[in-house]
Formats: sequence, C-alpha cells, structure tokens
Amino acid sequence: MKLSLGPILYYWQRDALFEFYERISDAQVDIVYLGETVCSKRHIFRLEDWLAVAEKLASAGKEVVLSTQALIESESDLKTLRRLTENGRFRVEANDMGAVHLLSGNEFVAGPHINTYNPQTLALLTGLGAKRWVMPVEMSRQMLSDILVDKPQDMETEIFGYGRLPLAFSARCFTARHYNLPKDDCQFRCLDHPYGLTLKTREGQPFLALNGIQTQSSGIYNLLAELDNMQQVDVLRVSPQPFYTEKVLALFRQRLEGRLSVEEAQFQMARLMADAPCDGYWHGRAGMDQSTSNVDQRLSAGS
Amino acid sequence: MSLELVCPAGSLPALKAAVDNGADCVYIGFRGNTNARAFAGLNFDLPAAGEAVRYAHARGKKVLLALNTYPQAATWQRWQQAVDHAAEAGVDAIILADAGLMRYACRTYPELRLHLSVQGSATNYEAINFYHEHFGIQRAVLPRVLSLTQVEQLLKHTPVEIELFGFGGLCVMVEGRCMLSSYVTGESPNTAGVCSPAKAVRWQQTRQGLESRLNGVLLDRYAASENAGYPTLCKGRFEVSGETYYAIEEPASLNTLELIPSMLHMGISAIKIEGRQRSPVYVEQVTRVWRAAIDSAMRNTENYAVDPAWMMQLNKLAEGQQNTLGAYHRPWK
Repeated sequence: MKLSLGPILYYWQRDALFEFYERISDAQVDIVYLGETVCSKRHIFRLEDWLAVAEKLASAGKEVVLSTQALIESESDLKTLRRLTENGRFRVEANDMGAVHLLSGNEFVAGPHINTYNPQTLALLTGLGAKRWVMPVEMSRQMLSDILVDKPQDMETEIFGYGRLPLAFSARCFTARHYNLPKDDCQFRCLDHPYGLTLKTREGQPFLALNGIQTQSSGIYNLLAELDNMQQVDVLRVSPQPFYTEKVLALFRQRLEGRLSVEEAQFQMARLMADAPCDGYWHGRAGMDQSTSNVDQRLSAGS
Repeated sequence: MSLELVCPAGSLPALKAAVDNGADCVYIGFRGNTNARAFAGLNFDLPAAGEAVRYAHARGKKVLLALNTYPQAATWQRWQQAVDHAAEAGVDAIILADAGLMRYACRTYPELRLHLSVQGSATNYEAINFYHEHFGIQRAVLPRVLSLTQVEQLLKHTPVEIELFGFGGLCVMVEGRCMLSSYVTGESPNTAGVCSPAKAVRWQQTRQGLESRLNGVLLDRYAASENAGYPTLCKGRFEVSGETYYAIEEPASLNTLELIPSMLHMGISAIKIEGRQRSPVYVEQVTRVWRAAIDSAMRNTENYAVDPAWMMQLNKLAEGQQNTLGAYHRPWK
C-alpha cells in the first residue's frame, strides 16, 4: 500500500507552505496532492508556486498530483480549472464533474468529491480515463468491498485515512460569517485558523470545524488500527495539518512495514492528536463514532 | 417566454392539490430510499404513480419522478428497477443524480427524458454539459449556491434547460456534497435519502430549556418563548470561540417571488418548490400563490410587483417563519 498526502484544506501563510513542502520532500510519503481545493479566494500560492513545489517534490521522488477545487461556480473558477487540467506535466485529481469533463480521455484521479458509490459509476469513470479513485469518506469497508467485486482493471483505490473529515461545501463562508464579515470582504480570516475553527455544541462538546466554505468534522478520522483489513486499498491518504504531519505519516509507514504493533502505534498517535479520534464511517456507523480500543484504557491509566 | 411551475407531492392528495391549483409539473418519488425524501408513510408505490400520471396527464400536466439518491453495489437492483418502474408508469421525466444510473436509463430507455437532480451537485456548465453529452440530460436543477449573475453566465454556455429552486426549506450546503447527517447518524441524503432522520431525533425538556438532540448531539436549546423547529443539524445554535449563534444557517425558507422577472428575463425554464414531505394543504397554498405570481409576471414583466398577500400566505408556511433570497442574493453568502 502506498501513502499519500492530500491537498492542504486550510489557508496557510506563504512561508508556512514552502516550509511544509520542504519537509514533505524528505517525508515517508509516496504521493503528494497539491493545490487549493476549498476556496478560490485563497491565492497566496499561484499556479506557478504550486508547479514549483510540484517539481521539487517530483525530483525528490514523489508522485505529484494537482487537485482541483471542489465547488466550481464562476467563469474565473473554470479558468483556474482549465489551467490545471491543461498543465501538460502532472496528473490531475478531478473533484467536480466539470473537471471530469475537461479531463476525459486523459489519465486522471477521480477525487473524494466525485460521488462514486457503485461499480457502474466507477466503470464509467474508468472508461473516461480515471486511473485511481478516492472513495467518498462516508463509505464503509463493506461498501468498498462490494463495489470492488467488479473492480475495473488498472484502477487504483484510495481512501481518506487520517485527518479532520471534509464533510460539506457551501456557497456561504462560515469563517467570514463568524466574524460578521461579508464573503466578498472576508479579510482572509482563514489565515488565522490553520486548522479550522472548532464549533462546539451548547454543552461544550467539540462537533465540527469551520474552514471557510467547507465544514469538517472536529473529530480526527484515524484508520491506523485498520490497516490489516485493507487488502483492497492501494493508497491511504493522510490529510495535512499544521503540526506533526510527518510524524503521522511515519506512524502509518511503520505500521505498514510491520515495525510497530497496532497498540503501540495507536498509543503514539493519540499523543499527536489535537482532537478526539473517530472511525465510524469505516465500520458502517455514524462517522463520529469511535470503536473502542485498548489504547483508551492505556491512556486513561495514565501511561 | 415560459416558466414552468414544478411542485412537490408526497402523496396522491398532494399531487391532486398541485395539479388543481396551477402546477405545470409535479415531482414525486417512489416509496423507500431511491429518492431524497425517504420518509415513512410518504411517496408512491407503482400503482399510485400510475394513477398520478393519469390524473396529471388528463389535465395536461406533467409528472416528474425523483430517483436522486446514490445506489450502492449491494442495492443497485432496487434503483435499476425504479428506473424500469418509472418508464412503465409513463412519467414525463426522471430526475437522477448518479452517473451510473443515468447511463443505464439512457441506454435502456432512450426516449425517456432525463433531468439532472440538484443532488448531482452540478454548479457549472462544464459539469452540466458533461451529463448532456454522455446521457442527453435535458434539464438541470441547480444547487442553491449560485448568485443570479452566476446563473445567467451559466445559461449562456449550455443547451440544457435550467430549473431553479424558488421556495421552501433551504439547504445551505451544496446538495449531494453534504455528509453532515451521516457523520452524526450514519445516514445521509446521498446514501439513505434522509437528512437528520427523525428516528435519531430526541426532544427533552430540561431545566435549561427544551433540548433537541440528534443521535445524542445537542443541536439546540429553546427558551419557553422560542419556536422550536425540526432539528435539521445545520440549523442549530452552536458555540464558536465563545459565541453561541446560528453558526451555519438560521431556520429560514428560501423565497424568491421578487426574482421571477429576472428569472424570466435570463431564460430559466422552471421554478421548483421544495417540500414533498409537507402536507397537501401546504402544496395547495404554495402552488396557488406561485401560479398567481408567475401569471402576473408573464402578463406584465415590467410592472410586476410582489403582492403583500402572497408574502403573508407564504410566510405562514415558511420554515422558521422567516424568508431569505439565499445565495441568489450575494450578501447572504
């Protein structure tokens, strides 16, 4: 199984982006997805910057894929999209059917925001040139094995395996709303929230995370303990966060290579997590659920 | 210049109310989870769908059938059969979201008209034209995220008819791209045809007020003086950085009566009313108001004005008794 690093879902400062990918070129990851997938107003990095980072990562031996924006509304969004699909150098991850339209006939990745829920749709995407598909995050292990009974040839399967879950997109910017700012004059407040803005229930339970027009889970999806049951998965995706991303990748790598027990890996992971873990989707339950493990006991025992 | 009025029906009485009060088209769904209003006791079996089509056709009206959830490998047959049943019942079009199902429908029933559901999440003309080229879809229902200016731009680049939401419960998220409900309950519109399903809702009177919970998660807490609406999870009050407010969306209804002339002008083909889960009385009253409004705008677009009586009528039926122009009006975003 290969490890991938998803596109950064947040808005980070320019220096932070360069530094992050400098470190990633040395990290234990096979595939790196690059680009802005959430908001067209986030332009600290232009296409030229992404391509420069892409070249660096490629020369460090990484497979680089350019990801397209999930919600494409305006002509200028489409212009940005076309520049990506016509880049001529790197493979592209389509996150909207408009992108699939423009990429048809080329090799591409059908991203997590393409609704691929059944073999018929997967076969259709294969016919159009998809070489890899990323399972929608709400699908379970059972649904995955059902869909792969008729797995198309030459099709890799990737799943979202670690990070706050991207759950929804809107026309409205919830970060701007929080600051009582109009979306058109958002003052780029996302820059102040490199990990999203946590939304709690009225009894203080962390619930969701606001990330501009995207809503995420506050819980961190973590499938580290499930790697032994993923024979059909070719690529596992870690979603970047502003802290410990390389350590998270390293833990997955050590588990994949059998150098660490599940318990020890989970124990170490728990120390890297800023929020509670969840894994319900994989088990066919509510996404926020977490299956119990002996790590909880070890942690609560104070070891 | 024409603008079809597309009204919802979750039952035969609702369908008749829509037809009798001026709907040009009525959209329905089969029982079960093949459509995004998979509520117990709602929707049509095959004989009822046939009767709905006969009733509407006898009065020169159309019936559209929503098959707008995403089939899974294990349940594909149910969706495929639903396409077969729709063709058998003689509906005027089916409204689909899943690309695989569209391919089945257009290959098996080349004469059957296909509409792209709002659940298909097509927000730009490249996406819409993709569905047109591959499956011959003739109409697309746009997610409630675009401003009117963006809709106008889109119309210039596609041969596909465009249908817009005009009134009813407002989804603040891009339809087909929201998994909040499955994150909390395991069931989402895409996979199960429901959002914030009633079986996961609990109401409880506590010392701090009336609480609504979805699978245990506190969505809101109401003082005695406050109206408590259906606990859709994005319409609760939450705390962000110490401030408690409607962090995602107020419980409000979309109401675009004032936009009818603009819609006519830019060449929108149809206006959709939300609410297959609502009562025949709702359908009757909303249909009547919208019929009057569209007729008035068609007679004299220049001097069209929203009749305060229409607004009063619709306000009574609106969710949260509030109205919004939603994303059509840029500042809402």
